Amino acid sequence: MKKAVAMMMTAAMGMAMLAGCGSSSSEAPASAASEASVASEASAVSEAASSAAAETSAAETTGEYKLATDGVLTMGTNAAFPPYEYYEGDSIVGIDAEISQAIAEKLGLTLEIVDMDFNSLVSAVQAGKIDISAAGMTVREDRLENVDFTDSYATGVQVVIVAEDSDIASVDDLAGKLIGVQDATTGHIYCSDDFGEENVVAYNNGAMAVQALKDGKVDCVVIDQEPAKNFVAVNEGLKILDTEYVTEDYAIAVAKDNTALKDAINAAMAELKEDGTIQSILDKYISAE
Amino acid sequence: MWETLKTGFYQTFILDNNYMYFVQGVGITLLTTVLALVIGVALGIIVALVRSAHDQQQQGKRKNIVLGFFNVLANIYLTVIRGTPAMVQLLIMWFVIWASARSTTQNMVICAVLTFGINSGAYVAEIIRSGIMSIDKGQMEAGRSLGLSYATTMKSVIIPQAFKNVLPALGNELITLLKETSIVTVIGLKDLTKGAMIIQGKTYQAIVPFLAIAAIYLAMVMILTTILGKVERSMRKNDQR
Repeated sequence: MKKAVAMMMTAAMGMAMLAGCGSSSSEAPASAASEASVASEASAVSEAASSAAAETSAAETTGEYKLATDGVLTMGTNAAFPPYEYYEGDSIVGIDAEISQAIAEKLGLTLEIVDMDFNSLVSAVQAGKIDISAAGMTVREDRLENVDFTDSYATGVQVVIVAEDSDIASVDDLAGKLIGVQDATTGHIYCSDDFGEENVVAYNNGAMAVQALKDGKVDCVVIDQEPAKNFVAVNEGLKILDTEYVTEDYAIAVAKDNTALKDAINAAMAELKEDGTIQSILDKYISAE
Repeated sequence: MWETLKTGFYQTFILDNNYMYFVQGVGITLLTTVLALVIGVALGIIVALVRSAHDQQQQGKRKNIVLGFFNVLANIYLTVIRGTPAMVQLLIMWFVIWASARSTTQNMVICAVLTFGINSGAYVAEIIRSGIMSIDKGQMEAGRSLGLSYATTMKSVIIPQAFKNVLPALGNELITLLKETSIVTVIGLKDLTKGAMIIQGKTYQAIVPFLAIAAIYLAMVMILTTILGKVERSMRKNDQR
């Protein structure tokens, strides 16, 4: 929670700085991040404040927010990302789906889930086609310039999947190998930065990347830990490296001009964290090792 | 509004040298299109010749069995290729037929070129056949009665005239092909469209990247149209009688 608030503060400070001196200050948010984590006491105060506000009523304390359809919270996701979102029969289930459902109930709305490609989710949010996007999305500085994120509700870890007989033993061995990723995910961005664009192959969804790994088209797949566990469980001959690649925070994306909705969701989410709903949803899908 | 566009422009082109995605993307798109066109036209001419030779056999005479066999093959090829979406063909080529291929850019380009070459060959075949059929029967009869063989008449009399007739339709096919290569994104090949998608994924910026590639595609098509127009006009130079 502290981390989440620190993250939001970082975002706010980063935004303020960018607004102040234009888009040339690409290094500003990084320094703001360290300041924000030092000022963790301040964040604890604001945390208390936000949960106090939430106790009254999540829906009523916040202002009017815009919705794509009245009375319906339209949530966009890419349902090939177990256990966060996947198909069970013809309905989409998973952590993001259940948390969104809980938030919608708190706000007195019905939830509608739309399945689309990961890379078009945020554009759909910006265009107001969907109200929110919950798809295991990571909060990143450059993304914050175009979209707002709610408080974080889960921590994600990028891991490396390899074939069991692979010679890749740690993240350092990835240099010069062909890396399969899911298009537009943070794994895609990190790998492009660290190992070179030419070594990274982006697929429309994680399942396709894993298929490519099984066929030997790529040497490894970098993807979030929980989906990775699922993919390894159902595909023989694959394993996850013990060394983690990157740790990051998941949050829900909301359009920049829809601050009221973000505040309402944050308030609802604070309540859900308070009463343990979110933890129980996470526990339900993620088995502790 | 201007601020949004300014940020969009900055993030799309300048940040992290993102414009390189467009430069390299145009390269891949053009390379795939040109190579696929070469395969497509070669394949199309062969199939069209088989089909029209079969259809133009004299009535009442015994049909050529070898020709009949190849005609059936050509028909199956046309039916299957024209009856399935190009994206499905690409996925089958990459994940089924050539499942063992490593995901190097080279392999992905080869796969895309083969798929689009075979795909466009089917359409080119029908375009060229329509050209051959459009030439009056008398031309062939005249050629043959002057002592030219079937092949020579085809090569020196029919095809040159047919080619002129089908040029607009062929140009159309080339333009379609150029735009259709954008579906190579599904196998992970970084063409122009993928470049814009990567930038969108990095920055969550949609307006500028997509408008930019739309403009680039449009510019490429306009250049092609101009070139094709020139070729067409130069071919019509001797038409005035």
